[in-house]
Amino acid sequence: MAFDVIASSYREREKEHTPLGHAVIAGISFGATGIFAALVGILYLFHERWIVAWVPEGAADPSGLTLGQSLLLVFAMWAGVQVARKTGEERLGAACLLGAGAGLVAGAVLCVLPIIMSLVKLRFMFIALTQHLYDMLTSGLGLGLGVVVLLVAGALAGAFGALLYRLSPRARRPIIYALVWMASIGVFQELIQLLAQQEVLDPIREWFFTWDGLRPQGAIAIGLVAAAVIAVWDTTRARLEETFVALPQGQQRLLHGSGVALLLILVLILFPLVAGNFIGQVMLFIGLFILMGMGLNLEIGLAGLLDLGFVAFYAVGAYTCALLTADSPYAIGQRVDWFPMFNWWWAMGMAVLMAVFVGVLFGIPVLKIRGDYLAVATLGLGEIVRVLVLSDFAAPVLAGAQGVLNIPPPYLFTGAAVDDPIELYYIALGAAAVAAYFAYRLENSRLGRAWTAIRDDEDVAQALGINLVNVKLLAYGLGAAFAGLAGAIFATMLTSIYPHSFQLIISVNVLALIIVGGMGSLPGVVVGALALIGLPELLREFGEYRFFFYGVAIVAVMRLRPAGLWPSAARRREMQLEEETRAAVEAQLAAETESGAASSPEGPAR
Amino acid sequence: MAVLDVQNLHVFYGQIHALHGVSLSVDKDEIVTLIGANGAGKTTTLGAISGVLPVAEGEVSLDGQPLGKIMPHDLVKMGIVQVPEGRRIFGRLTVEENLGMGAFVRKDKDGIVESRERVLEMFPVLKERMGQVAGTLSGGEQQMLAMARGLMSRPRVLLLDEPSMGLAPMLVEQVFGAVQQVRDQGVPVLLVEQNAFMALQIADRGYVMETGEISLQGSNRELLENEDVKRAYLG
Repeated sequence: MAFDVIASSYREREKEHTPLGHAVIAGISFGATGIFAALVGILYLFHERWIVAWVPEGAADPSGLTLGQSLLLVFAMWAGVQVARKTGEERLGAACLLGAGAGLVAGAVLCVLPIIMSLVKLRFMFIALTQHLYDMLTSGLGLGLGVVVLLVAGALAGAFGALLYRLSPRARRPIIYALVWMASIGVFQELIQLLAQQEVLDPIREWFFTWDGLRPQGAIAIGLVAAAVIAVWDTTRARLEETFVALPQGQQRLLHGSGVALLLILVLILFPLVAGNFIGQVMLFIGLFILMGMGLNLEIGLAGLLDLGFVAFYAVGAYTCALLTADSPYAIGQRVDWFPMFNWWWAMGMAVLMAVFVGVLFGIPVLKIRGDYLAVATLGLGEIVRVLVLSDFAAPVLAGAQGVLNIPPPYLFTGAAVDDPIELYYIALGAAAVAAYFAYRLENSRLGRAWTAIRDDEDVAQALGINLVNVKLLAYGLGAAFAGLAGAIFATMLTSIYPHSFQLIISVNVLALIIVGGMGSLPGVVVGALALIGLPELLREFGEYRFFFYGVAIVAVMRLRPAGLWPSAARRREMQLEEETRAAVEAQLAAETESGAASSPEGPAR
Repeated sequence: MAVLDVQNLHVFYGQIHALHGVSLSVDKDEIVTLIGANGAGKTTTLGAISGVLPVAEGEVSLDGQPLGKIMPHDLVKMGIVQVPEGRRIFGRLTVEENLGMGAFVRKDKDGIVESRERVLEMFPVLKERMGQVAGTLSGGEQQMLAMARGLMSRPRVLLLDEPSMGLAPMLVEQVFGAVQQVRDQGVPVLLVEQNAFMALQIADRGYVMETGEISLQGSNRELLENEDVKRAYLG
């Protein structure tokens, strides 16, 4: 609340600026943001990705619009939006003029960078300030013309932003959707073209895309379609919602359920079929994280046991599978005469059992630890497993840093090996479906209720006759089972495993995906895994910056949808409750200050 | 024979000797109150009875059967149920789900339904709020829910820790009325309270604790009229 108070007092103070002052401030802030992006290097990285591109006759390089240029345009546009919002200018023309002013200032601020670059060499300090960046900022036209282009483009974008802000939502939404879709399809063109790699589709694909980006005609077509779809949707939505609400509860649920199921089938089952190996690999990874997410969801979402050592169970599953099946001198079957070599399916079962066993062992020392302390304690336990595997002490058995190699693929009863990522993905998906069913049943069982009770209040749970020891160890053991299963699939996916595959970051990722998806919600786990594991994989070419996007995405979700992308019913209820309580408290405070102000003469004078 | 009988209870917090041989008993059909200043050892006594705190010496028996060393969650099955202080209900579950949690140790579905009927008769306020999220109940209603939840396991004796804590005087009266109801329904109550005057009004007997010992005991009338009690607690 303190933050809101400060923010609102800040807003109060801002009202004192003249409209022009607002334009200058907005322009300077967004121009500075642009300079920052350039200094950090992200701007040029974005500049290498085309959104709209075509190769003019006789030219070697494509021309068009890049992501980096679009980013600058968006900054200028946003400056326009800010001015329109802050000044509250009602007249369209005046608002646009102010927006253009703000955009102009933003462009002018940006101009400072190429001017300085042409005068002084700053590369020894800012390695991102390359000749390429200079060319980008000046549009390859030299300093004089380049500056003019920056200023004009900035002013136009700013005016456009202000115009958008002043338009009615009905007119604005189609435009915004058209732009967003053009940009997303342009950015992900490589992926889409890869997917559309079929001979029948070739002419269509070539009409839309060049090898670098969207053709202008493609971009316009996509924009028009997106705008039309959203416009139609906006006009029919109210009516559709009315009909939906008018349906009886059962049918509503059925319709909703079948819609969700259809979406899941499309994305999870059919999509990988047509997607090719790269996407298959990504989907397999997502599948593994869905499995782990479901396991950790039992521990954290249902039982409230914060666990940062979850990766340990994943490692146990992977190592169990490896040591039972691998064609390696470390495999138990090769070291001990009487011990059989397992096939992958049996090894998977053993991996799950071992994970459960380790999960229970893991739970014992932390039984009496609660809350934040539990997070730290499990963090330590998780690291112990990795360090143990790396140690010289365990090296003769667990292969140390060299890892266990030659892990065979699963064989079907037909004798065919399942070694292609997409086939393995379907195994992971099947396992996830079984796991989801178990998790769903557990949630509504007696054990699930006991978990809910200990999550909410351990002491009371005990006072109601719930055996804390059993219930907690079951949470760790069952949660670990899912991770063990994921580990077994992971081992055969890579065909070799090393201790460094099991870093803390995996635990953190799993935790983040269930928080983003929605604590305690099964569909939330799927959505969270798609968002947090899938997206960074697709953004791989942005290198280290993808973690930046990852961070931004997490913060944005927590700020905009604090209950998660797909919250469970209980969590939604809880958030609502908090909201109501806060509203009540605020209303009370407001009433008190009001009566206080009325009774004390100095009150209103301030 | 007393339902709950506590003999010569000693409890240590590390080196600190917190209870020096506390003895008390609760009979059928009575409310027994344990009063005393802050830090006198009232809550410690309850914790020792319900098995949350380790007992160094002494014995707790239920219906004449010594309990010996027993895990706290097993006590519920045997019939000793504690309602912790501070109205700790499950705030995000509904009233109905809270009551369901109270019957966690029971497996007889019909019996649970019957218990619920009885509990709701005792606390009619809750009946109207069955579907409501418990966190939105008023303080008094939450305390009633906590008691009702405790009763759902059909206890032989109910241990109540500071039910009046943080409640407006009018609500305290309501809650204490409910405690009498519980007794009238045949469940004896051990009531731990700081609000000595109110507690003695509804109790049949009482114990006064001071620095880990029972310093005084007697019927409610005797204690209400005792000069020391009056001076120390009733003002």
